[in-house]
Amino acid sequence: MMRDAADHKALLEAPRQTFRSLARRRFLRHRLALVGAVIVAAIVLMAVFAPWLAPHDPNHVNIMLAREGPSSGHFLGSDLVGRDVLSRLIYGSRVSLSVGLLAVGVYMAIGLILGCVAGYFGGWVDMMVSRMVDAVLSFPTLMLILVIVGLLGPSLFNIILVLGFLGWPEVARIVRGQTLAVREELYVLSSEAAGAPSSRILLKDILPNIMSPVIVNATFGVARAILIEAGLSFLGMGVQPPTASWGNMLNDAQSLSILETMPWMWVPPGLMIFIATISINFVGDGLRDALDPKLN
Amino acid sequence: MSDPVEDKKPVLSLRGLTTVFKTDLGAVKAVDSLDLDLPTGATLGIVGESGCGKSTVGLSIMKLIPEPPGRIASGEIIFEGEDLTKLSNRQMRSIRGKKISIIFQEPMTSLNPVLRIGETLSEVIRTHQRVSRKLAWEKSIDALDKVRIPSPHIRINDYPHEMSGGMRQRVMIALAICCEPSLIIADEPTTALDVTIQAQILSLLRGIKQALGTSIILITHNLGVIAENTEKVAVMYAGRLVEYADTAALFDSPLHPYTQGLVLTVPRLGARKEKQSRLNVIPGLVPNLLNLGPGCHFADRCTCVMDRCRRLKPDVHICDEKHLVRCWRYA
Repeated sequence: MMRDAADHKALLEAPRQTFRSLARRRFLRHRLALVGAVIVAAIVLMAVFAPWLAPHDPNHVNIMLAREGPSSGHFLGSDLVGRDVLSRLIYGSRVSLSVGLLAVGVYMAIGLILGCVAGYFGGWVDMMVSRMVDAVLSFPTLMLILVIVGLLGPSLFNIILVLGFLGWPEVARIVRGQTLAVREELYVLSSEAAGAPSSRILLKDILPNIMSPVIVNATFGVARAILIEAGLSFLGMGVQPPTASWGNMLNDAQSLSILETMPWMWVPPGLMIFIATISINFVGDGLRDALDPKLN
Repeated sequence: MSDPVEDKKPVLSLRGLTTVFKTDLGAVKAVDSLDLDLPTGATLGIVGESGCGKSTVGLSIMKLIPEPPGRIASGEIIFEGEDLTKLSNRQMRSIRGKKISIIFQEPMTSLNPVLRIGETLSEVIRTHQRVSRKLAWEKSIDALDKVRIPSPHIRINDYPHEMSGGMRQRVMIALAICCEPSLIIADEPTTALDVTIQAQILSLLRGIKQALGTSIILITHNLGVIAENTEKVAVMYAGRLVEYADTAALFDSPLHPYTQGLVLTVPRLGARKEKQSRLNVIPGLVPNLLNLGPGCHFADRCTCVMDRCRRLKPDVHICDEKHLVRCWRYA
């Protein structure tokens, strides 16, 4: 009895190793992920505080300054119509991040709801959702994006919408598979046996237990959405000038003379796209390792 | 000898309960026209080998048979005068956890790993009772206290992985009793636990039965557990009830050859001195439920098999008032 009491006291005073604290520690051990997270945080801060950070008005046209190289007044030089490249770069992060986050937000919401419902209820609901997934996945995505953006008119909002409505099938598929697995867990049966309605089983028992792969997928999704937006803007089907985006800054570099002689116009936005996506992907890698329950 | 338990109306009566599972090779009757009574306030043990349908009985009563492939094909489940087979899903939900609870075999995986113990408990309480979050939390602490978890106000914040198997099974019992049900189905509640914890959990169940007046169905393959914890016992074989009696009567004079065999397989201390150096076994294997003959399912393993055992299905015969047996020898 004495020993029991002592054991019990020790148990209560021991530091708690929750899944979250374990995951946090594993993430922090992942060097690249940590570096990625720091860079992503910096980009987020840059986007939020753009008006204070940018040395000039990003849209201020000054023909007298056109095509000037880097100088003390304009660290990264100026573009074809004399706008400050550094300021446009800083404001461009807002476009990239909002496309990334909002598009992923839209398709996560759709994918989570459809995937959960399909996996949990099965039957004809599952049938419908799965066929819809197949249908959307068999469209040639880039062409579809170009067509829809062409029809709706290129704008930030439309890009977010299109990416949102084309991205959900992959999420729905992951969520459905995970739900099928978790549905068989004994704690789901326990909840049913305790009289819990389906809505609560989905929200409390299933959703929290399938989130790990979904969060990882979302992270990679943000990077991919940023790349697609950059590609579209480069093709002129994305964010329209004068709004600055990393993609449409590259658009200016379509001529050979600029490519050869004025690297300050296209190297910085290209580099930013690269750094942003690779950092986010590192974070995704780190999360995947940290959240993998098999490594517990 | 008057039996106080017997005078009361049964809390649960099964009449011709048949649960069928569809497989690629054909339909399997996991439970075959089962008749069973559970007197109010009693503990009924259901014993049998793996696959004899005893767990399916528990899930059928809760109407939790996964459908498809399973289905309650026919029969009645009369609980407190109401036939559960006729209730809608919504009506069933208000019975599950509130009037009938079930405790599963695997405490390690029966709790949602992302919720604190208190959250799981409060959820169940708030499903069946209109109480505030705070009150539900306090009731949860009470429930943990009732299952004798030390420092319940601290342990209530634990996640399941911070608890041992025995503790988790206590939490499962707390979940089962928190709405004070009239029937608890304990489906092999101690199989996954080591022996000392087993004894604690079983004595806890006995205490709860006395304190709350709950009736219990104890499903197990362990005859020792049956002998110590039940008043009534039902023996199942290949989906059918083969014997039903008061526990003492069953152990004193088992009637069915299968039950006789079972009772002999229990190892006893000192058995060696009685010139019985080897443990008895029942020869043969449980028959494949997919191709059962027309007669008694135990015929192939039975030591006193007769010709008609293989041809005709034996009926349930009543011997000594309350002792039921399904065997041609008593016809």
